[in-house]
Amino acid sequence: MEESYAFEDFEAGRSFPLATRIVTAAEIVEFASEFDPQPMHLTEQAGKESILGGLSASGWHTASLFMRMMFDGWLSRSSSEGSPGIDVMEWKKPVLAGDTLSGRSIVLETRLLRTRPGIGLIRFRHEVENQRGELVMRGENPIMMRLRTPQGAKL
Amino acid sequence: MRLIELSPPGAKIVTGTLTFTPEDIIRFAEKFDPQPFHVDAEAAKDYVFGGLCASGWHTCAGWMKMFLAYWQTEVERLESEGKTAPKLGPSPGFRKLQWLKPVYAGDSITYAVTMLDARPLASRPGTWINTTLNEGVNQNGEPVMRYEGSVLEFEVEQP
Repeated sequence: MEESYAFEDFEAGRSFPLATRIVTAAEIVEFASEFDPQPMHLTEQAGKESILGGLSASGWHTASLFMRMMFDGWLSRSSSEGSPGIDVMEWKKPVLAGDTLSGRSIVLETRLLRTRPGIGLIRFRHEVENQRGELVMRGENPIMMRLRTPQGAKL
Repeated sequence: MRLIELSPPGAKIVTGTLTFTPEDIIRFAEKFDPQPFHVDAEAAKDYVFGGLCASGWHTCAGWMKMFLAYWQTEVERLESEGKTAPKLGPSPGFRKLQWLKPVYAGDSITYAVTMLDARPLASRPGTWINTTLNEGVNQNGEPVMRYEGSVLEFEVEQP
């Protein structure tokens, strides 16, 4: 059985791999058509003519793909209760059709929530790279996580 | 014309309203964020959020969708008046994103954009970076989402 993660398992410095994901032209166009229909997200030609250099994913698509890579990589096996937000997110390089994305979530710090007994907050730095090892997305955010043993927790 | 001339700092512009149906919430979440509270109304009752609610990324993508719909209308309006619309480019990222309340199935979110600041980009002459406050409120007037977005803007030749 695969390991499952609760608040207690997230020690500062520990790194959790994201699932690897190939980004297709079709899904870039599908996402952009619904949410971000700018030319560089819709056709190869317009992408080439933009500063992005080719058909490139909407930043919100990249962020959403990161979410799925995190879910498949480790979040689905955790006691996550969701997140209140994102402190910072940077789209460092374009995500182009055909790119293969991978990455990791690194624990920055953890604390228990006074307002919600049995739940702690874990701050992560997330990094997503392409197949050339170039950082394409970087983010920092807190995620709420249930404790495995609420009564024995140290405050 | 520059974006900051069109939208002076502090002036809030409502871009549009998007209703989050359960079908839309589940369709988005099954692709990108299949946590139980985003894909299963029954299972959602056992979590902090307490009911089927949209992935935060769906709420954000909704802001982008409504901004672009507004922007297309705005560009057409300016062109019909013989003006040159600001040329907006990609975004390098955002800061301080808060998901303030869950967006539950059936909620209608009204989105807005407020110009905060514009400055020239030292590394790329003829390019500015605009910072905007991007917000969403639900049908009860409760803020559900807020962040500071940024968007590049390129110099355009005046006609």
